[in-house]
Amino acid sequence: MQAKTSILSLPEEEFIHPGNRACSGCGLGIAYRIGLKALGKDTILVVPPSCLTVLQGLYPIASTKLPCLNVTFASTAAGATGVLGALKALGRTKTTVAAWAGDGGTGDIGIQALSGASERQENFIYICYDNEAYMNTGVQRSGTTPHGALTSNTPLLGKLQQKKDVPSIMSAHGIPYVASCSAAYPLDLYDKIRKARTITGTRYIHIHTPCPSGWGFDPKYTVKMGQMAVQSGLFDLYEIENGQFRLTGPSAKLMTTGKMADVEDYLKSQRRFRILSAEQISQLRQQIQTKWDGYRKALS
Amino acid sequence: MHIIESGNVAAAWGVKLSKAQVVAAYPITPQTPLTEKLSELIESGEMKAQYIPVESEHSALAVCIAASTTGARAFTATSANGLLYMNEQIHWAAGARLPLVMCVVNRGVGAPWTIWNDHQDSMSQRDTGWIQIYACDHQQIIDTVIKAFRLAETVSIPVMVCYDGYLLSHTYMPFDVPDETQVDRFLPSYRPERFLDPNMPANFNTVTLPESRPDLQGEPAPGYMEFRTLLHKDMRNALNTAADIEQAFSEAFGRGGDPFIEAWRCEDADCIAVALGSLAYQLRDVVDVLREEGIRAGVAAIRIYRPFPDEAVFRLLAGAKKVIVFEKALSYGYEGPLCADIKSALYAHLSSLPERPDVQGVILGLGGREIKTDDLVDVFRQSCKDDRASGKTKWLGLAQKQL
Repeated sequence: MQAKTSILSLPEEEFIHPGNRACSGCGLGIAYRIGLKALGKDTILVVPPSCLTVLQGLYPIASTKLPCLNVTFASTAAGATGVLGALKALGRTKTTVAAWAGDGGTGDIGIQALSGASERQENFIYICYDNEAYMNTGVQRSGTTPHGALTSNTPLLGKLQQKKDVPSIMSAHGIPYVASCSAAYPLDLYDKIRKARTITGTRYIHIHTPCPSGWGFDPKYTVKMGQMAVQSGLFDLYEIENGQFRLTGPSAKLMTTGKMADVEDYLKSQRRFRILSAEQISQLRQQIQTKWDGYRKALS
Repeated sequence: MHIIESGNVAAAWGVKLSKAQVVAAYPITPQTPLTEKLSELIESGEMKAQYIPVESEHSALAVCIAASTTGARAFTATSANGLLYMNEQIHWAAGARLPLVMCVVNRGVGAPWTIWNDHQDSMSQRDTGWIQIYACDHQQIIDTVIKAFRLAETVSIPVMVCYDGYLLSHTYMPFDVPDETQVDRFLPSYRPERFLDPNMPANFNTVTLPESRPDLQGEPAPGYMEFRTLLHKDMRNALNTAADIEQAFSEAFGRGGDPFIEAWRCEDADCIAVALGSLAYQLRDVVDVLREEGIRAGVAAIRIYRPFPDEAVFRLLAGAKKVIVFEKALSYGYEGPLCADIKSALYAHLSSLPERPDVQGVILGLGGREIKTDDLVDVFRQSCKDDRASGKTKWLGLAQKQL
């Protein structure tokens, strides 16, 4: 097992320029900065339309210091496949190919290409940043928007359906590495991407990225929001390596200590959940309990 | 080397000789034998390339777009609804100025489902910024694929090589397979100026504003409209490049012709039929029959359809009294798209014409409806004899009772 990275051992080299076009307090901003450090200089990025397209800036100025190919919304994983195919044909096989897409571009419109590429075991790292809605187009619901969340097209009743579990879908493809991370735990994120780099085949990393404007909280609380999601057992940090499930970092600690925070505090601190009823909150508590019982059973 | 094979195999040989480095495809009838042949050539090691069996046509072109941006020569092929499913990517490839080559094995589009030939699929993509070339026989298929790569890479615009499903794709004909060394000389390897490279990072296809904007050095960079105008301008200039490439091909391989329009017995013709693909060759027999009857007929095969060779069209058709456009596609609510283009070309040059030829549109063969040579003779003869074109599109081979 590789040594855990600390804030002191994190590389200083930056691949994202300061002063980019992300909103203040953007969770993606943290994840992208740390994630690119983990991917390193010899990387080609493939990005579909998303907040990241905006973050990267407008032609002819770019905020990312790595080569980046912008592709159509549904074609991220196919784009990464094409880059890989060409690198192989040209004998440039050392370069890391990383796709970096939002939750809508991954779990909704992009899932066909991602599923196809995973079935073919294309040798890339696919990173999904999950801000739980279509934030770039003005906060519309996506497949990964949680139940009950108000969005601009679920404006009165909140989302009626459950959050789609994309990492589980990815895991079902039998790919060698699936990991979940949070922008609130950047060193865990860094280490998981570093590990992914050492593995061959399709690797999938799902990052929870709090969004102040979309979720409705003060931008200074981005990290706090991310931590609350993890500490309440709502969003969990784990790895599935060759089919082996393992909780990591704070989620692993949660399992040992059993000191889970009440999810209600997380829900109450965001405007998007303001219409949730006591009954819905209690149902969510139950869902978290059932999920964690499952973890306990699987890990015992 | 002369061989007798199907049109799809002719295309596959063209791709192999062009040394495409990445091939991505999704099967669709009648394109399938082409990509099957390529996968066989690549798996056997006879062709050095990466074959990527993708999960959809949308992804097939996405793979080619990314591969081309990374610096590899890429190829795909499709038909009908597969082509339509790619539509977004088709625009993207042209906008990104990538020198891709794609064979479109022409087939009618659903609904209702049909697998047989017409030209509605590629015609519906004519405004995507791709160069479109139509092949009339197997020799033209293999030669055009090779020329298409050189053209695409010279002008940085993708090229569609279109040929008729079944009528060409599945029929067997003799054709010459060009010598590999000669092809290598004619088509050197693809060396783009810019590609995805960690040593010189750049962001490709990023958000571009309507207005021009200064770069870091303060130099003005194009806005979206400048990029589109440049594509249009380069597309127009591609006609000259296509002519140069045709000339170079003729010198290297001893065959070739007019890259824009292939004319048959048009020199003294009063009455000229215009068509795309295999239909233009079928019309040669019709012309021969009419000539025996004393009607001075000819036929013109439009080879390169986008950019439209309007000046060549004008030069060829200006002296005729009648122009009859036979086509297997429709612009619903108006007329055949080729017919509209022919009229437009003649109108654009009207000031230098003493008398404009009558233009008659004929729609036929949709969804694989059989085109009988006898029927062509009848409608061609009648159209030649009509005093003035009715202005109304004629339909050939319709079962009237069902309408």
